[in-house]
Amino acid sequence: MSAAEVHEVLPAGPGPGSRPSGDVAGQSLWRVAWRRLRRNPGAIAGAAIVAVFVLVAVLAPLLAPYDAGALPGRAEVRPTLIPGPSDAYPLGLDRYGADLLSQLIWGARASLLIGVLSTVLGLLGGMLLGVLAGGVGGWVDSVIMRLVDLMLSVPSLLLAVSIAAVAGQTPTSVVVAIGVVQVPIFARLLRGSMLAQRGQDYVLAASSLGLSRRTVTMTHVLPNSVSPVIVQGTLMLATAVIEAAALSFLGLGGGSPTTAEWGRMLTAAQAELEIAPRLALWPGACIAVTALGFTLFGEALREALDPRQRRR
Amino acid sequence: MKSQWKAAAGLLAVGMVLAACAESDRDSADGATAGAAAGEGRDTFIFAASSDPASLDPAFASDGESFRVARQIFEGLVGVEPGTADPAPLLAESWEVSDDGLDYTFTLKEGVQFHDGTPFDADAVCFNFDRWNNFTGILQAESLSYYWGKVNGGFATSDVPELNGTGKYESCAAPDAATAVIHLKSPLPELVAALSLPALSMQSPTALTEYEADAVSGEADAPVLPEYATAHPTGTGPFVFESWSPGEEVVLTANEDYWGEQGQVRRIVFPIISDATARRQALQAGDIDGYDLVGPADVAALEEEGYQIVNRDPFNVLYLGMNQADPDLADIRVRQAIAHAIDKEALVAQTLPEGTEVATNFVPPSVAGWNDEVTTYEYDPDRAQELLAEAGKSDLTIDFNYPTNVSRPYMPTPEQTFTAIAADLEAVGITVNPVPQPWSPDYLDTIQGGTEHGLHLLGWTGDYNDTYNFIGVFFGGPSNEWGFDNPELFQQIGDARYQADVDEQTAAYEAANAAIMDFLPGIPLAHPVPSLAFKPDVQGYPASPVQDEVYNVVTLGD
Amino acid sequence: MVRLILRRLALLVPTLLGLSVLLFAWVRALPGGPATALLGERATPEAVERINALYGFDRPIVEQYVRYLGQLVTGNFGVSTRTGRPVLEEFASRFPATVELTVLALLLAVAVAIPLGYLAARHQGRTLDHLTVVASLLGVTVPVFFLAFLLKYAFAVELGWFPSSGRQDPAMIATHPTGLYVLDGLLTREWDASWDALVHLVLPALALGSIPLAVIARITRASVIDVQSADYVRTARAKGLLPRHVRDRVVLRNALLPVSTTIGLQVGLLLSGAVLTETVFAFPGIGSFLAEAVFNLDYAVLQGFILIIAVVYALVNLLVDVSYGLIDPRIAR
Repeated sequence: MSAAEVHEVLPAGPGPGSRPSGDVAGQSLWRVAWRRLRRNPGAIAGAAIVAVFVLVAVLAPLLAPYDAGALPGRAEVRPTLIPGPSDAYPLGLDRYGADLLSQLIWGARASLLIGVLSTVLGLLGGMLLGVLAGGVGGWVDSVIMRLVDLMLSVPSLLLAVSIAAVAGQTPTSVVVAIGVVQVPIFARLLRGSMLAQRGQDYVLAASSLGLSRRTVTMTHVLPNSVSPVIVQGTLMLATAVIEAAALSFLGLGGGSPTTAEWGRMLTAAQAELEIAPRLALWPGACIAVTALGFTLFGEALREALDPRQRRR
Repeated sequence: MKSQWKAAAGLLAVGMVLAACAESDRDSADGATAGAAAGEGRDTFIFAASSDPASLDPAFASDGESFRVARQIFEGLVGVEPGTADPAPLLAESWEVSDDGLDYTFTLKEGVQFHDGTPFDADAVCFNFDRWNNFTGILQAESLSYYWGKVNGGFATSDVPELNGTGKYESCAAPDAATAVIHLKSPLPELVAALSLPALSMQSPTALTEYEADAVSGEADAPVLPEYATAHPTGTGPFVFESWSPGEEVVLTANEDYWGEQGQVRRIVFPIISDATARRQALQAGDIDGYDLVGPADVAALEEEGYQIVNRDPFNVLYLGMNQADPDLADIRVRQAIAHAIDKEALVAQTLPEGTEVATNFVPPSVAGWNDEVTTYEYDPDRAQELLAEAGKSDLTIDFNYPTNVSRPYMPTPEQTFTAIAADLEAVGITVNPVPQPWSPDYLDTIQGGTEHGLHLLGWTGDYNDTYNFIGVFFGGPSNEWGFDNPELFQQIGDARYQADVDEQTAAYEAANAAIMDFLPGIPLAHPVPSLAFKPDVQGYPASPVQDEVYNVVTLGD
Repeated sequence: MVRLILRRLALLVPTLLGLSVLLFAWVRALPGGPATALLGERATPEAVERINALYGFDRPIVEQYVRYLGQLVTGNFGVSTRTGRPVLEEFASRFPATVELTVLALLLAVAVAIPLGYLAARHQGRTLDHLTVVASLLGVTVPVFFLAFLLKYAFAVELGWFPSSGRQDPAMIATHPTGLYVLDGLLTREWDASWDALVHLVLPALALGSIPLAVIARITRASVIDVQSADYVRTARAKGLLPRHVRDRVVLRNALLPVSTTIGLQVGLLLSGAVLTETVFAFPGIGSFLAEAVFNLDYAVLQGFILIIAVVYALVNLLVDVSYGLIDPRIAR
């Protein structure tokens, strides 16, 4: 599943509504956005989910009853029997005798790490390319945009799969694969958004005051172009969680069978669906809910930051 | 308001259409089977394969899925006693071996024809033997003619010195149409048993020539097979090849002129379903009649739902390999410590099918050379820690390779087996560094092709009842898998192979098994029971320890 | 229009050239290099040397690339290390299955999503709207292989309404002139074969269609809301045209324009999703074959399939843009 295409924020064209809010630093834009966010139930739900997820991931060592990958119930598992919930194991055991609850909690940490690291990677790479393309222009722009088109010419999951297949089956290669797939999306977005700003009056004014192109770009154009990138980053966290699961499903996740990672847990549980459906349902629900949280929050953020949304 | 009603009506309509689809699907499924049945019960047997056959020409195959198809189309001179691994007459009604063990005289069944009408006679037998022995170039690659290379030990001529004229086979003569005489250069006691291998079954000389069966191009690891091996396999068996749609299915139909009993099954379809869970669900959904390699976890659930579970007698061994190219593992105390650290009983109970026995030898108990007095290593974590301390390796870190996404008859759940053993090793203070790899080509390449590995899981299913077919495969000579050079042991095993007297040979093999367990190159873990699952009305499936399963004896209900 | 097509085709050339450079570099970046990718890791040094000489891997890199390009242009994508058959042949024999699946998935998605999005927009803020919004969010956040698995478990395994795997009942005897099984049945008048193929497509298409369904429903909803409040609609209303006309003609037609571009964008999603869905349903298309190639690190197949898919992807998008230009002449500048 490549939600990358799903979650792509289209750069705001120079339409009637895409005027920036006058204030160069964009503070009032964010203040307005904050006010809108507080009133949007979707935003609140999304933020709550994200907060719980981050807390669980960070506090995993305190919350999880057992260590990651520990097999406290190994002796109780039989080929045809995987013990269900009990006092010692609130959600039961998994196929290998690990505590499902602990694995889910540690899995949140893995998902957060993969999501954040890959998105940061994609963001940095994309911003670098985007700023170069949008800021320098000319042949640099052409070359970079050709490269971006090239990367977008392959469906995103296939791109991620090829990268992960070369990089080897490790969690690092999953991060790299998902990150690289995000690069062209961020790059195109930032460039589009910077080009839209270029034609704005305040930029023209700054240029006519004699400020260098570089200064104008860094102090005026870029700060006003980041809001769609931030929205995209939030949505990309959802994508990353889902794509990591897909790569695990294709056997590219790496790690051992007891690694606490939702995608791997979900994939492994499919063989056990009849005798222990909970093994698939819990990690599946965790992935979906986490992705939902980031998506809700990202969508709400997008609406809040989009001036066109005011009339609704 | 009105529009809402419309919407509701629309949704309802969609729902009804879907429900109707579902309803009529059931009818059509029943209808299709009823139509094919032509009034007297079903006659199409649908057995899920886990992959495409590597080659329809069995001489170029060594994998289970190729052999599964080949067993239906082809027959060898020698078959297998039903339910055992022992040789029995098939296309040869009888045979005699000369006292010096060099001449094998086969008396052939008469009146048998290949599917293309070519008569099966002594000339055809000689044609096949000479074909195998005269494979050249790429055809000699292990990925193609593995079994002839292994059994015979070489080819007529070869660019590889170790294979050049080193085979046991000398010549074949056809004094009359029903008598074929195979002459050997030196004795090969396992020859008769080996002739039950599908790779050494009889193929039509006419078809082999017409479709250029030996015109293999490409490279050894990516051979491009000729037309014969992809579209025209021609044997004497109860089923005739019809079609192969790669990735989808292989279809066979009944051989109207079969010399033996034809039976109820008129058509066999092997749909290719690579995922084990998908195979089980295909059975549960009624898409297929049966499948192989049923996971231990699924056995009870399927039985509860009324499906039949058919077990093969285990004719295999699952072992933990220890690579002595790793200096830590070259120390016998470390190997012994690992052996004492593993709770085999618990391993079997937790991860392997019911009925699986713990292994003490590298051969299953039904093989003649099995020895019940070999050194055993009881589960004793304290002893393991002592041994590690003695060796000065108390903080040992070791690579542990295991295959992913695969299920073998001797290794139904590698991930679970790995996890259980790794936990046992961690318990005595060994740090395990897991190295998961896809089965093909990575895993086997790493284990058998390189020296960069520590512990690994592997096993073997016997081809025929012969001790050498197990320990000779493992310890016949130096190999990357085990990483040791022990000429004495190699010699002992090699000598046993060519003992002409059966009792002496058995005693020699028992001694070899004892020597192996003292040297402890690896740890035999278990002899897992391989299971198949079938619809309730499938009767008479001829489960065989060596998978000699031909479907003309299967009966299907209505 | 013709110029648009020609320009787009011309643009495709540098993209494909670039992609071939990337793929060429990719195989050379593999541990062990291209010979190992062909032979597998167990290759002996002599075999590697032979392969290097045979395929010219010891030649200058530019010469190698030109040679590789020459092979691609003549349709030589190499041989699958797993099956031993030419990559192009493998692709061609499986492509019809994937075409059938993705087309049905897209049809299902469009058929459900547009009415759903439209109704949600008409009833903005009410229950149906909220349900649509939630469903469209879930559509993109539930992993497609998880959904596929749940569908298979519920409707094939537990209820037995649909087959769980494959393209046709293995017991079915049918001829396949085109490889599109549903169409084949209609052409050869083997109605039951057509029906059987269709029934096998339902669950995979539902699972695969869930993503485009969610996206299209959401965009339809947003687009209808936009158009409803647009000035020309207000004007039409003010002019006294019947609200019914306003809704049915103006709103829907204008709202569907952005939706139709989105539909083209779904092809990438569908191809990605097909890798996962086909694997779950053991559906013999290019997706499941690609997944197998990933499992077995069959680089020749990965390389070739990605290139071919990129071409297909680009052509489909071109097709969509052309048809879009036909609907709305303003675009075809």
